Amino acid sequence: MIKHVVDFFGDERHAKVRRRLFYLVLGLIVIADFLVFREHAEYLWERLPGWSALYGFGSCVLLIFVSKFLGHQCGLMRREDYYD
Amino acid sequence: MTDFVHPGLLFILGALPIPFLKGSVRKAYVLLIPTLAILAVLTMHPGSYGAARFIGQEILIAKVDKLSVLFATVFSIMALIGTVYALHLTRAGQHVAAFVYVGGALGVVFAGDYLTLFLFWEGMTFASAYLVFAQRSEQALRAGFRYLMVHITGSVALLGGIILHGFATGSLLFGPIEGGLGFATCLILAGFLLNAAVPPLNAWLTDAYPEATVTGAVFMSALTTKTAVYVLARAFPGTDLLVWLGTVMALYGVIYAVLENDCRRLLAYHIVSQVGYMVAGIGIGTEMAVNGAVSHAFAHILYKALLFMGAGAVIHVTGRRKLTELGGLYKTMPVTLALYMVGAFAISAFPFFSGFVTKSMVVAAAGQDHRALVVLALTMASSGTFLHTGLKLPYYMFFGTDQGLEAREPPRNMLVAMGMAAVLCIAIGVFPQTLYALLPHPVDFEPYTGVHVTESLGVLMFTALGFVIFLRALDPENTISIDTDWLYRMGARRFMWLAEKPLARYEKAVSDVSETAALPFLHGTARAGLRIDLHGVDAFVNAVARTILAGGGALRRLQSGVVTHYALAMIAGVIAAIAVFAVAWQ
Repeated sequence: MIKHVVDFFGDERHAKVRRRLFYLVLGLIVIADFLVFREHAEYLWERLPGWSALYGFGSCVLLIFVSKFLGHQCGLMRREDYYD
Repeated sequence: MTDFVHPGLLFILGALPIPFLKGSVRKAYVLLIPTLAILAVLTMHPGSYGAARFIGQEILIAKVDKLSVLFATVFSIMALIGTVYALHLTRAGQHVAAFVYVGGALGVVFAGDYLTLFLFWEGMTFASAYLVFAQRSEQALRAGFRYLMVHITGSVALLGGIILHGFATGSLLFGPIEGGLGFATCLILAGFLLNAAVPPLNAWLTDAYPEATVTGAVFMSALTTKTAVYVLARAFPGTDLLVWLGTVMALYGVIYAVLENDCRRLLAYHIVSQVGYMVAGIGIGTEMAVNGAVSHAFAHILYKALLFMGAGAVIHVTGRRKLTELGGLYKTMPVTLALYMVGAFAISAFPFFSGFVTKSMVVAAAGQDHRALVVLALTMASSGTFLHTGLKLPYYMFFGTDQGLEAREPPRNMLVAMGMAAVLCIAIGVFPQTLYALLPHPVDFEPYTGVHVTESLGVLMFTALGFVIFLRALDPENTISIDTDWLYRMGARRFMWLAEKPLARYEKAVSDVSETAALPFLHGTARAGLRIDLHGVDAFVNAVARTILAGGGALRRLQSGVVTHYALAMIAGVIAAIAVFAVAWQ
């Protein structure tokens, strides 16, 4: 069973199904976020359906590019023999 | 029977016979000790045990309350899991070190006074360093040495703080520190923060953990930082500084994780990030925040151990640790991958996994405490957590480019240990009330609300979308990252350069000057002095002596002993006197 599930995620044959399933899940999450009951929202963004999706995506992109910028442009990343 | 058996001493004393046991007897024995320790923790009653006096101070070996029992429970469960994972080892050394290490951690958790705490704290340092040295490579020896040096420095600060604090308050009993941050308190806090790997004191962790043995790193990932979280929760709840340190820490670890190529170093940066949530929770200091922090420590120990076990299994099987050299293992190691993913879902806080019910408590507590910035920063960090441990690491390790590595599932004991941790990660996520009942304060928090589930899934799955879109930007690179260990690694090198080049040259120049100029001058002066002494002073003295001798001889001739001579001389004298008198009188 485990092998089948793992193969589904690894095998190139299932790439199309995988992608469709992924977008379906993304869509469902956003729809669900519009439907859930918000009883207590302290901050502005908590009242905004779909905010978490936007924030998650934004955070991810920001983290990737800020880190790579720090690594490449600010000299955090060095050759492996830097300390030798 | 006694009410209380110290589980720490059970481990430390229990470690002694291990080298003398062989084969299956040893295996049974090393499993027995953690099992007994779990029983000891589960059956203990709150109270104070082992009170004594030492050098005029009150000592309390064990103080049992809900907070200490919570940490002791997870430490001993983790010790059992870690021991199962390490069961295939043929050498006894690592078992002994791991047991002493766990014993030290349990000793700290129960310590009722600073001296006991310090003693076990040091025990942990040395035992854990062995787990790095046991890897035996040149790189590991160097990293282990740096690990030891940094921790000893931290311990000296801690001891200094303890002594000053003891003098100021007159008591060494360990408890919440009141009255603001004085010098003594700052030293104690610095010692604690160093072990919690709070930047800039974090580099020892990400330097040493990836160099430790496959089995040793599992223990290390669980114990040192979490004992530090425990002591912070005990002594410094509600310290505002910790909120900011923790928040920065959560993002710091995530940012470095993007750059990392070594699989276990990436996971180590996520320890820094996750401990950030705990430190921030302790800093907020409300009942809910402290509950969140310590429950997150509980969950973290299990899923982090699981992640380290998964990465360790890959290293054990393939002998490779860099993401650039791994890939395509999903075909040969599907069970390892599945178990690793349970840990990855747990650390990323997916619903029905342990992180979901603990991490969200810290974030919710920050929200209740009106700290919007902290909420946003911590949410961003959890996006980064899933990005690396849940997507980047498994993708490049198990999927990605197939490197054609010969691999198989790791030994059965490793899989069993991972399975145990995975079951607990899911169990905590599904039945959070069991964990909540162990927390130090009453829990008024429901993780499974509709909005919380959709929000978490939104953040996580859209992080996955970002990952899919920008996958190429995340390709691991064959580099290492400069962290604050640069200061002492390069600092030590600069110091050695200073000692070997300018200082040594100066020393040589000084000795050259003394040899070429000063010494000959001194020799010349000495010779001239000698000459003056011999030819001048001595000659003069001799001449004077000779003159006196000659004068004496001449005078001696006057003393002829003949009476007529004397009479003649007297008459001559009288005549001369008269003559002088006559002349002078005129």
